[in-house]
Amino acid sequence: MSTPLLYALTGVVLWGIGLLGLVGLRHLLRKLLALNLIGSATFLILVGLAQHHNGPDPVPQALVLTGIVVSIAATALGVVLIRRYFHLTGCTELGNGAEGSKEDRAP
Amino acid sequence: MRSPTAYVSVLLLVIMLTALLGRAVWQLAAFDSGSELPRLLQNNLAASGVEHPVTAVLLNFRSYDTLLEIAVLVIAAMVGISMARTRSLEDPELRTADALLRALLRWFVPLMLLLAAYLLWAGADRPGGAFQAGAMLAATGVLMRLTGMPLDFLRPGLLLRIGLVLGFALFLLVGLASAIAGEAFLAYPPGLSKALILSIETLLTLSIGMILLALFVSAPVNNASEPEEGEQ
Repeated sequence: MSTPLLYALTGVVLWGIGLLGLVGLRHLLRKLLALNLIGSATFLILVGLAQHHNGPDPVPQALVLTGIVVSIAATALGVVLIRRYFHLTGCTELGNGAEGSKEDRAP
Repeated sequence: MRSPTAYVSVLLLVIMLTALLGRAVWQLAAFDSGSELPRLLQNNLAASGVEHPVTAVLLNFRSYDTLLEIAVLVIAAMVGISMARTRSLEDPELRTADALLRALLRWFVPLMLLLAAYLLWAGADRPGGAFQAGAMLAATGVLMRLTGMPLDFLRPGLLLRIGLVLGFALFLLVGLASAIAGEAFLAYPPGLSKALILSIETLLTLSIGMILLALFVSAPVNNASEPEEGEQ
């Protein structure tokens, strides 16, 4: 097993952790962090797999660089939206649709 | 999570999906695609106008991606600014009166600006380029904002609008000009690649720095009467 392949497999594990966090956690900031983890895992898999056979490959590296910048912008936008949501509702979690549970509200 | 059953089933599902992905990666790794792309890139690098392969891919061979990327950034900044609660995007509550930070900043700001310029220039033949330099600019702006230095250009107005779209506008203009001239969209005219890439990168750096800074600045401010986000 080569080092790049190890990176790719680490990416797989991180992807699993991120997915678990995205589905299992309820706080919106944590969900956003989990989404970020999934993104980073994807970048790791992309770059690792491409390097496995032929050494550094500039094409996936450029794609990942593009992806990193977009994910930064998406994260910043997510934080802005979460804070706006918090200001409007006082909640840090998404409600259960129509039920709109009371205990979600901050004291 | 509501119940233990739901928790266990979600956990199992995630483990299964992860195992599936791991298997796919393993199979992909065993299979040598024999991709021609790296060789093709090396052979055509001289025509791209820059010496670094990643920059060549970003701003010449796949500049379409970069154009769309900066478009996404501009849209994100617009949404971020429209979500802001303060009219001036500058709230005195956010300032810190930290003497140490102020003193450090006198040294840091010129150094960071210099580093941003270096990163921009280095993109031609080594790792670096518009995005790294833009991130550096934005970091400088964040530091300046934290110490309460006046950042007049961040007020919603003509200057902010021009700054946000400058990079995207020039990029689009170059692409459209080459399309109108009869070439493919975003195909640089031969001989002009280097100059065009350099000017696009410079304006992209400015725009990216401003977009990231605007996104940082536009996060709505906490009211003192409202609970902190950590409390629940």
